[in-house]
Amino acid sequence: MNSRARSGLRWLATPLMAALLCAVAVAGIEVVEFSEPQLRERYQGLTEELRCPKCQNQNLADSNAPISVDMRAQVRSMLEAGHSDAQIKQNLVDRYSEFVLYRPALNLATALLWGLPPLLLLVGIGLLVMLRRRQPRPAAPGLRSAAEPASTEQRVAALLASQQQERQP
Amino acid sequence: MNRLKLYLPLVLFALLAGLLYRGLNNDPTELPSALVGKPFPAFQLEAVESAEQRHQLASLKGEVTLVNVWATWCFACRLEHAMLNQLAAQGVKIIGLNYKDTRPAAQRWLAERGDPYWLNLFDPRGELGFDLGVYGAPETYLVDAEGIVRHRRVGVVDERIWAGELGQLYRRYAAQVQDE
Repeated sequence: MNSRARSGLRWLATPLMAALLCAVAVAGIEVVEFSEPQLRERYQGLTEELRCPKCQNQNLADSNAPISVDMRAQVRSMLEAGHSDAQIKQNLVDRYSEFVLYRPALNLATALLWGLPPLLLLVGIGLLVMLRRRQPRPAAPGLRSAAEPASTEQRVAALLASQQQERQP
Repeated sequence: MNRLKLYLPLVLFALLAGLLYRGLNNDPTELPSALVGKPFPAFQLEAVESAEQRHQLASLKGEVTLVNVWATWCFACRLEHAMLNQLAAQGVKIIGLNYKDTRPAAQRWLAERGDPYWLNLFDPRGELGFDLGVYGAPETYLVDAEGIVRHRRVGVVDERIWAGELGQLYRRYAAQVQDE
């Protein structure tokens, strides 16, 4: 393949890629009508925070599984009917269990989930402190670190001075 | 003391290995049902056989029942059907919930493969399915004589499952009804 053919292919590739990406973007768009603009905001918030039971690691907003479509419709109709966010979540939890909440309530079953990260953080800090304590402490760390830049500069100056003296015969 | 400390990584490894081994046998797609221990949701649905026939929650009560969610588009339901026929022949009361399907397709399916269902509910929009928390067919619910959901199986019911928790619970609740 000569270089001209290759560059021609490149010209073709860019619009092709763009067309493909457009198709994906269009597929993801779903028109949802609301009577009030605030409802749309709440709808977006809720569908981002609720989890699709079928597709495990996607929220309702991102998933196109039939069950997510149903659940989005339920969220929408409950919003229009004037239910609160908490009521809507409860409605879905009653059917699909706490699994659908990306932020599950703190209870016995979720204690480990909520508790483990801070616990591990504390363990990490504890280990760090222990290791620091074990290291032999330098005599006067505060003084030395403050004095160091000055002394380094002095040493460099002295070195330079001595070199210059050597060069001048 | 210091000697014992040397074994700490080994102990940690064993714990972790045990945890991960347990995880291997866990099916992450199997969710807990929110309905276990709660009454079966009320419904009013047409029968698969005809639109004129309607069924309600009352038809579920009085006997231990399996409610089987199925559809003709569901591949695993094909695998399950023979087992359902077998269970029905043993006298297990199975109620079908035809989920997001069309009536002609469902009727053809039953004519071809046999009809294990005591009655068959037609739920084209998945309304009862939604109330049940169905997220994929096949699913099978065990409902006791009072209409309380006792167990949910997500996926195919086969010999192994029937020998396991689902079948054990069925036999236990069925025995309770007989005692009364």
